Order: sequence, then C-alpha cells, then structure tokens
Amino acid sequence: MLANAYIAVHDWFIGGTPKYIGLGNFARALHDYRFWSGLKNTFYFTLIAVPMEMVLGLAIAVLFNRDFRGKGLVRTVILLPMVATPVAIALIWALMFNPSLGVLNYFLESLGLPRSLWVASAQLAIPSLTIVDIWEWTPMVALILLAALQGVPTELYEAAIIDGAGPVQAFRFITLPSIRSAAVIALILRSIDALKTFDIIYVITQGGPGIASETLNVFAFKTGFEFFRAGYAASLLIFLLVAVLGVSVLLNLARRRPA
Amino acid sequence: MNALGTERARRTQATPAGDRRRRRLRQLGIYLLMAVVIALLLFPFYWMILTSLRNQVDNTSPVPVWFFKPTLQNYLNVIRQNNFLAYTWHSLIIATLATGLGLVLGLPAAYSIARYKQNGLAFAILMARLTPYITYLVPWYMAFRALHLIDTYVALTATHLIVGMPLIIWIMISFFEEVPRDLEEAAYVDGASRFGTFTRIVLPLSAPGIVAASILSFIFSWNQFLFSLVLSGPNTKPVPVAVFNFISYGQINFGGLGAAAVLITLPVVLLTLVIQRYIVTGLTMGAVKG
Repeated sequence: MLANAYIAVHDWFIGGTPKYIGLGNFARALHDYRFWSGLKNTFYFTLIAVPMEMVLGLAIAVLFNRDFRGKGLVRTVILLPMVATPVAIALIWALMFNPSLGVLNYFLESLGLPRSLWVASAQLAIPSLTIVDIWEWTPMVALILLAALQGVPTELYEAAIIDGAGPVQAFRFITLPSIRSAAVIALILRSIDALKTFDIIYVITQGGPGIASETLNVFAFKTGFEFFRAGYAASLLIFLLVAVLGVSVLLNLARRRPA
Repeated sequence: MNALGTERARRTQATPAGDRRRRRLRQLGIYLLMAVVIALLLFPFYWMILTSLRNQVDNTSPVPVWFFKPTLQNYLNVIRQNNFLAYTWHSLIIATLATGLGLVLGLPAAYSIARYKQNGLAFAILMARLTPYITYLVPWYMAFRALHLIDTYVALTATHLIVGMPLIIWIMISFFEEVPRDLEEAAYVDGASRFGTFTRIVLPLSAPGIVAASILSFIFSWNQFLFSLVLSGPNTKPVPVAVFNFISYGQINFGGLGAAAVLITLPVVLLTLVIQRYIVTGLTMGAVKG
C-alpha cells in the first residue's frame, strides 16, 4: 500500500525511469473525464447492486427460515453462485446476454417483451452487470441473515401475539431489530466488495461499450497494464481505496449508533 | 414468522376445515416461491452444462435447443487443442503452494491473535480484506518485473497468498479460541515448549478447522483471476486466465466455452460440498458463523 503511494507521486511508465511529480497524478485525475466517468460507474454499480442484494437477501432468508425437506441440499445450492469461479460465471452470463443468440432475449420474447441489447448497450451495460453481481452475492446476504433469524427467540413472537401484534408489526418490531447487526455486517461487506468488483466487469465488457461500464478499478487496470502508466494507475487506486475506506467507516459508524 | 403462523392458527380454530385449506394453500405458495428462487440460482449452471454438451449448430440457433443428442466433442476439443491440462496443472501447483505457505504463516498468526490478542495483526489483516487487490498489483508488478520473476511460480504463489492467508487466519482464530487453555497449561507444566504445545496439542485438536481453511484457501486461489492475468505467462498460466484468453482471441465457440466453464467450476463445486459449513464464515471474515 505504501509502495503504491510512492509510485503514485511519480510520472512512471512501466520500464521507464520515474520522475517525481508530487500530486501531479492526482491533479491529472481530477481533470480526466475518464476518472469521473469511472467514479460514477463504480458508485452506480454499487448503488444498484447492494440495495437489491439486501432486499432480496432478506426476502430469501425469511422465505427459507422454516423447516422443510431437503434443507441441507438447498443450503448447498445457495452456496454455488458465490464459490463458482468468477471467470466461468462471467463467460456464461456473457453467452446468455448475447443480443442475437442469448437465452435471455429468448425469454424476453417468449414473455412478449422486446429484445434487449443488455451489456452491448451503453445505457444498460451497468444495470446488466449488476444482475450478475446480484445473482452471485444475494445468496451470501441471505445466508448471513438466515443465521441471524435462526437466533431470534420464538418467545418474542409469542409475547407479541399476546400483545395483539399482527405479522407486519411483528416483522417490523421484532425481526428487523433482532437481525440489525447482522444486516449491517452484510451491508458493509457487500458495499466494500461491490466497489471493488473487477472480474465480472472485465471479463464480460472490459469496461465497454466505449467506457460505459468502466469502473475506477477497470480504468486503473487498463492505465497500469495496457497503457503502462504505473504512476497514474497508482494514484487512481488511491482514490478507489479512499472511497472504499470512506464507505466502510461511514457504515461502521451507523453500526455503532444504537437503534 | 413461523411461530407466529402456528400461534394464530391455534387461536382461530373457529372453522378448522377452511383454516386448514388456507394453510395448505399458503404452504404451497411458499414451496413454489422457494422453487423459483432455486431455479433462478441454478439456471446459469444448467445453461453452462447444456451449452457444453451441444454442438455449434444447436448452440447458435436463435431459438434455444432444449433437447438434443449430447456430445462430448466440446470437452475433447478443449482438452486436446487448448492445452487445458497444462493450465490445470499450473492452477494446481499455484493453489497448492499458496495454501501450504498460507498455513505455515497463517496458523501461527491466527494462534497469536486468538491467544495473545494481537489486535494490531488482526487490524492489518482486516485492511488487507478492505484494500482492492489491484492496489497491490501495481507495485508488485514493478517489483517482480525488476527481479525477472514475472511468469514464475514465485510471483504467483506470493500474490495468491494475499487471497488465501487472511481466510486461513480468520477461520482458524475461532478454532484456536475453542481449544481449552487447561490442556495447553498442562503441557507447559509437563515441560513442553510453547512451540511444542502448539504443534502437538493445539494443531491436532483443530484439525477439522485446518482442513476447512485449506480447502477454502485452495478454492480462492483456484478462482483468482486478476493477479494471474498480469503476473502469469506461458509457463504458469492458470485455467481462469487461459479461458479468458479463449474469448479475447475472438473464438465464439459456445460449446468450447461452456465445456471450459464446466471444467473450471467442477472441482470448486466438489470441494464446496465438503466444507459448506465454513464457507460463509470464511467469506465474512468470521463475522458470521455458518
């Protein structure tokens, strides 16, 4: 990390000699429309993916929080999206997104809906990529919340019913407060990882079309390892690191504050 | 919610038959919803397998071909033409070395955090979890390049260590905390050294944890893409990078891609079945016990 900071204050081409330029790389980023576009895409991606994962994760956790046959098997199935090799997952989604031959457009048509360009469209590239992220990581949120739900004592519900609470009130005043800390942990972990997402985006779109889905991470990667500007890439990564740290500190503060 | 349902049912027993029917309908709805969730989670895997077993004509049909005579040709092609076995071998070596080294360094680290409350160390590992991997990559790339270590197992093992070791440490902390202190103290009284106590008492007692941590570290090294993409070369290229190259060379052989995807994913799925209890613990850095 310190080495990264050292590189960031130099104008340094990989293979060339470094020249100290102080904060030059940072100033350069602030004038680079690709930096701002990358920053916007990074947060756009995170702000769609993470809230969806939290809501769907909670719904799935509540749905599966009961006794049924095949419980163990279902838990295993839920684990698969998050452990499967991201490159393989990305490839399959890329095939499914294919505008002319992909199975997703076939489904849309069978439902009487218009075909979509998915990741090939500048407007839809990021939302389409978030679908993959949501598919991959909602299960983790669900499992974290499920573990928390199983720790809620049933007496609480029984007491609430005696006091005349309906299911909505019981959910609002018992379930939600009881799983709050687990939910915040899930939220922090997912936010950090969503901001850092690389594999899925790089394999499916490589930031395209154009720079429509280029996040800060992908832009820094290209700057460093395709254009070989190590110094500039390092400074971009410091911006990303600050964003990640900032978000995790903010969420941590929210966690400390009593409900 | 469940307790709530039964409690309410008990209280409204006025029309038992109607109530039972409503309950059964509700139950059916719940099972249907569950089935939909499972289907959505599994569909991409199902599609991956179908794609890998279809020939190119069926795969490029605009209307999906659901029923067909399965062919193993795609698998044979991937393995024969694309040097797949060599890449698998590279992946195996890297993941094994990184996991082995991760255990050698990570087990004592986890023990010192669990027993001697090394919070500074714990914080450093947490920071490693927060930092985007690519932040390490720029300085490492320059260093490895200067040392002529690009495309060597040294570079890949060292970088994969950053992925696997924190997982090992985090899982092992909770296992070490559960080893009874009395046993360790008894060993000291009998004249065992600190190191002897660790290797002969603590480690054997935490064997299941070590297995879980090793497998998890292996899976994450196997799945690693970014470090390998930059630091590997023809001599060390692991499977995920090789497969990524299939597409960037413009090959749109759907069946081949499907077969390659199945081949990378299969070992991970098998390992997952072994340690499923610990996966969430590992992914959440011990914040949640699965």
